[in-house]
Amino acid sequence: MAPPQDTRRPFKRLAISDQQRRRDISLQRQAQSRRDAQHQARCLASTVLSLQSQTTPEPVPDIELELVPETEESGAPSQDLDVRHAAKLKGAEARKWFAKQLMLPEWMIDVPDRLSDDWYVFARPAGKRCFVVSTNGTTVSRQRNGSILHRFPSALPNGAKKRDGSGPNQSYCILDCIFHELDQTYYVIDMVCWRGYSLYDCAAEFRFFWLNSKLGETGACDPPSFYHKYRFSAVPVYNCDQNGLFSAYSGAVPYVKDGLLFYNKHAHYQAGNTPLALVWKDQNCSQYVIDTDSKGQVPTQQQVVLELQDDGKLVTSDDPPVVFGGLDSDFIQKSGLCTGNLLRFAISDGGLSFVDGKLVKADLHYLEKPNRARAFADSFSKIMFQHTVRHCPLKIDDLLASIPSPDDQQNKPCDIDMVPISSMSGHSPINSAACRDTYRSKSSSLSALDFFLHLVWEFRCNCTTGKEYEA
Amino acid sequence: MRVVCEATLCPETKIRQAAYECLVSISSTYYEKLAPYIQDIFNITAKAVREDEEPVALQAIEFWSSICDEEIDILEEYGGDFTGDSDIPCFYFIKQALPALVPMLLETLLKQEEDQDQDEGAWNIAMAGGTCLGLVARTVGDDIVQLVMQFIEDNITKPDWRHREAATYAFGSILEGPSPEKLTPLVNVALNFMLTALTKDPNNHVKDTTAWTLGRIFEFLHGSTLDTPIITQANCQQIVTVLLQSMKDVANVAEKACGALYFLAQGYEDVTPSSPLTPYFQEIVQALLTVTHREDAGESRLRTAAYETLNEVVRCSTDETSPMVLQLVPVIMTELHNTLEGQKLSSDEREKQGELQGLLCGCLQVIIQKLGSSEPTKYVFMQYADQIMGLFLRVFACRSATVHEEAMLAIGALAYATGPDFAKYMPEFYKYLEMGLQNFEEYQVCAVTVGVVGDICRALEDKILPYCDGIMTQLLKDLSSNQLHRSVKPPIFSSFGDIALAIGENFEKYLIYAMPMLQSAAELSAHTAVADDEMTEYTNSLRNGILEAYSGILQGFKNSPKTQLLIPYAPHILQFLDSMYMEKDMDDVVMKTAIGVLGDLADTLGSNAGSLIQQSLSCKDFLNECLSSDDHMIKESAEWAKLAISRAISV
Repeated sequence: MAPPQDTRRPFKRLAISDQQRRRDISLQRQAQSRRDAQHQARCLASTVLSLQSQTTPEPVPDIELELVPETEESGAPSQDLDVRHAAKLKGAEARKWFAKQLMLPEWMIDVPDRLSDDWYVFARPAGKRCFVVSTNGTTVSRQRNGSILHRFPSALPNGAKKRDGSGPNQSYCILDCIFHELDQTYYVIDMVCWRGYSLYDCAAEFRFFWLNSKLGETGACDPPSFYHKYRFSAVPVYNCDQNGLFSAYSGAVPYVKDGLLFYNKHAHYQAGNTPLALVWKDQNCSQYVIDTDSKGQVPTQQQVVLELQDDGKLVTSDDPPVVFGGLDSDFIQKSGLCTGNLLRFAISDGGLSFVDGKLVKADLHYLEKPNRARAFADSFSKIMFQHTVRHCPLKIDDLLASIPSPDDQQNKPCDIDMVPISSMSGHSPINSAACRDTYRSKSSSLSALDFFLHLVWEFRCNCTTGKEYEA
Repeated sequence: MRVVCEATLCPETKIRQAAYECLVSISSTYYEKLAPYIQDIFNITAKAVREDEEPVALQAIEFWSSICDEEIDILEEYGGDFTGDSDIPCFYFIKQALPALVPMLLETLLKQEEDQDQDEGAWNIAMAGGTCLGLVARTVGDDIVQLVMQFIEDNITKPDWRHREAATYAFGSILEGPSPEKLTPLVNVALNFMLTALTKDPNNHVKDTTAWTLGRIFEFLHGSTLDTPIITQANCQQIVTVLLQSMKDVANVAEKACGALYFLAQGYEDVTPSSPLTPYFQEIVQALLTVTHREDAGESRLRTAAYETLNEVVRCSTDETSPMVLQLVPVIMTELHNTLEGQKLSSDEREKQGELQGLLCGCLQVIIQKLGSSEPTKYVFMQYADQIMGLFLRVFACRSATVHEEAMLAIGALAYATGPDFAKYMPEFYKYLEMGLQNFEEYQVCAVTVGVVGDICRALEDKILPYCDGIMTQLLKDLSSNQLHRSVKPPIFSSFGDIALAIGENFEKYLIYAMPMLQSAAELSAHTAVADDEMTEYTNSLRNGILEAYSGILQGFKNSPKTQLLIPYAPHILQFLDSMYMEKDMDDVVMKTAIGVLGDLADTLGSNAGSLIQQSLSCKDFLNECLSSDDHMIKESAEWAKLAISRAISV
C-alpha cells in the first residue's frame, strides 16, 4: 500500500531559493579558488619541469656551453630560478647564478642576544668556500665568485657516472662546503639541496640534522677512490652554550681552523649577506684575523674594497648598500673607472669617525683595483670587524661572558629576537637592515655603535688629488 | 492494475482517493509497464478531474503530473531514443494524450478559489491543473502552444476575472518547454497587454498572475543566449516603471513584481560594460529598500523577495554602478545594526530577528562578493571590513548554541576578499567557526562552515596554523559522527586538502589521523554496491573530496624534506586511482581530480614513487584516456600529470 501522498507542488515560486543560490555561488567560488590554488602549486612545478627539460638536451652534451652566454646576455633573471633548476645550469649562467647563492655570514661586531638558545657554533675550516653540486653523473665545486674549483666524480647522489645507475637523473645535491687544501677534503658546512629536495626554506636546525643523517649514507665520507675523488666530511656543530662555544673554540678538529661560525637555528638558507649567520675570529683560532694584502702581508693601514655606483658613491656589498664615501666625476673620468668597478682603499690616519654611534667620516685613500677574481665589495660588518680588531677586538672571553650560565637562563625572558627570524618565511629576502637594527639595538656587550643605514655624510677623500693613482 | 482501476470507481470517496494514490505510485515506479492501461487510465482520470470530489480530482491530476516527471527525466537523460543503453524508453504518453489532456487541464484553471493567492497553504484543483499544464509544456515543447493559444484568446479579455486569470495563468505555464522561436512572437504581442493588465486590471488575483507571468517571460525568454531580444531600448523603461509601480501594490502582487524584476536583472547578467538597467539602478534599489520597510512586508514573503531581488540586481550590476553598490554597504550595515538593538525578545520576535539578519547578511555577502571581485572596488570596500566583521560577530553572539548560516556564508566571502588581513579577526571568530563545525543538526550550517574553513585557509595561508589543531580535531570528529548528514563529509575531505595546501609540511602531525580516514573512505567509495543514481552521485562527490584532500596534501608537502613521510601512502593512493579507473563510473569532475592526483604524486614524491607509478594502471591506460579526453579540464590535468610522471620515472 502506498503511503498517503501530498500532491502539493511548488506554486508560482522560483525554482530555486535565493539562499540556495547564495550557497551554490559560494561553493562555486570555493571550488574555483581551490582549483586556482592547486593550479598555482602545479604551475610552479611545471615551470621548473619545463626549464629542466630545456636545459638537458641529452644527445648533444656540451654544446650548450657555448649557447648559454647568449641567454645570459638576454637578461634572463637567473637568480630567480628554482634551486632545483640551478643544479642543471652550465657555463656563464651557472657562474652568475652561483656567485649570488652562497649564504654569507656577517662579521660579528657585537654579540647577539640568546646565543645559547638560538645559535649554533662551529669552527670554520680554513680553505675555499664553495658550492658543491652533484648532478648528471658528475660533481662540480664552485667558488664564491661562481668559478669552478673542481670537476670530479663523487659518491654524492648522482655525483659520478658509474655502475648501477641506481639514482635517477633528477637526484641532485647542492652542498655548502669549504675545501681544505691540506687534507684535500670538502668540509660540508650546510646543505642546500639533497636528492632533489630543496632545503632552502628549512631552518638551520633541520638542515644540520639532515646533513648529519644523510651525508654518511652515501659513502661521501669514505676515503677517496676511483669514483670518489675527494673525501667529504661534516664538521662538529655545537649548541652555543658556554661548553659548546668553548669546544668549538679550543676542541681538536682534523682541520686548520679559521675562526668560528655562528648560525641562527631558525634561519632559512638565504643567499647573500645575512646577520643570521656570523663569523668571528681571533689570533688563536685563525691565521687570518687581520686582512692581508695581495702579497700576504698585513698592511699598516686597514684596507677596504668598495663598489663604485653610477652616482659616484662608494658602497659596501650589503643590501641595501652602505655608503662609505664618493668620488667626484672628474676623477672617475680621468682614471677610467666605471660603474660597478670594485676599488681598494686604505683607511688613512683620519680613520673612521663616529658620532653617537653613527659613522660620519671615513678617511679613505684610493689604492688600486683589486684582483679581477674578486666578485664583491666588502660588507659593512667586515669593515667594522677589521676596524675593531685593530683597535679594540671582541675577545673570546667577551663571548663566553655574554652567555648566561645555565642557572641564570631559567629566569631570562625569552620573547626577544624572534621577530626578524619568524619574518623570514618564504622566499622573500629579508630586510637585513631591519634584522640588524632589531638585534643590535637589543645587544649590549661591545659596541655603543648603533648603526643606521641613512647616515649623514661628510666625506673627505684625498684620492681626488690623484696622487697615488699617478704614482 | 484491474483491481486498482476498479477501485477508482468505488462509491467510497476515501477508497477512490486511495486508488488514485496507488496509480500515482505505480506511474513513477512502473512507468514502463503502463502502455496497455494508459487509454483506460486517461478515461477514468478525466472523469474524476471533471466530476469527482476535490481530493480525488487532485490525485487524478497528480497522476498526469507524475507521468510528466517520468518522461521529462527520460527525455533529459536519454533523449528518448530506443537505444540499447537506456533501461526505460519513453512511451510518449503525454504527447499521445495531448489533444484531450490539455483541454481537460485548461478547464480546471477556471476553478480558482477567491483569495487563494493570499493563502500560503492553498492547494486546489486550479493550482494543480496549472502546475500540470506547465509540466506538460516541458514534456512536449512546441506541440502544446497551439492547443493553449485559443483558450487564452477566448478568455483573456472576458469580464469575469476567473477567465482573465485562467488565460494568463495558462500563458505563464507554457513559457518553459516550447522553443523561443515558437514563443517569442507570441510574447512580443502579449508583453504590452500584460504590462497594461498589471497596472489596470481591477482584480488582484489577475494582477498577481500577470506579474508572475512577466517573471516567467523574463526568466525563459530574456537573456544574452536568446537571438531576438524581447526587451529593447524602447520598452525597457516602461517595464521598469510598471514593475516598480506594482511593488507598491498589495503584498502578493508586489512580491511577484519583485520576482519579475529578479529575472529582468538576471537576463542582463553577462552584459558588459554597460547594462540597460544602469539608468534605473538607483531607482530600483530605492524601491526595493522601500518595500523591505513596508508594514506588510512580512506577508507573502514580500520582504524576502525584495532582498533577494536586491541581491540579484547587485550581482548583475556592472562597473558603472559600483559606486552605488558601495553606497549600499553602510545602508545595509545600518539595517543589520538595528536588528541587534532589540532587547529581551520573545521567541517569536527572536525568530523574526534571525530571519531578518539572515536576509541582511545574505545581502552583504552578495555585495562583498561583488565589490571584492575587482581591485579598485575591493580597495574602497575594505574601509568597511572591520565594522562589517564586528556586526557579523554580534549576529553570532545573538544566539547561544547555533551560528547563523547566512552570517557564516558572508564571512567566507569577506575572508576571500580580505586575504591575509583576515588573521586579525580570527581570535574572535574562531569560537563561532568551531560552533559551526559542531552543528550536526543543522547540517547546512555545518556544510557552509566547512566551506568557510577553505576560504580562510586560502586567505590566511600558513597564518592559519595556530587554529589548525582545533579545526582538524573538529573535522575529524565530524567525519566519525553518524549523526552528521553524509552530504557534509565529502567537503570535509576537500577541506583537508585546503588546510594542507595552506600549512604545507606542518600538516605532518595530522597525517596519522587524516590518512586512515581517507583510506577507509576511499575503500568505501570503491566498493559501493551502487544501484541508484543518488548513490552514484554521492560516491562521486565522496571520491572528489578524497582526491582533493590527497591533492592538497601532496602539493602541500612538495619541496619539503618531510615528503618522505608520504611515501608509505603512495601505494594506496595508486590503488585507489586504479580501482576507480576499473569501475568505469567516474564522472568528469572526478576524472579530472583523479588524474591531477596522479600528477601530484609524481610531482611531490618524484623518483621515490617512480617505479610504483610505472606499475600502476593509472599511469598508462587511465592517463591515455584522459589525454584523449574531449573535456578541456581533464586534458589539461592529464598533460600536466604526464609531464610530472615523465620526470619521476626517467632514470
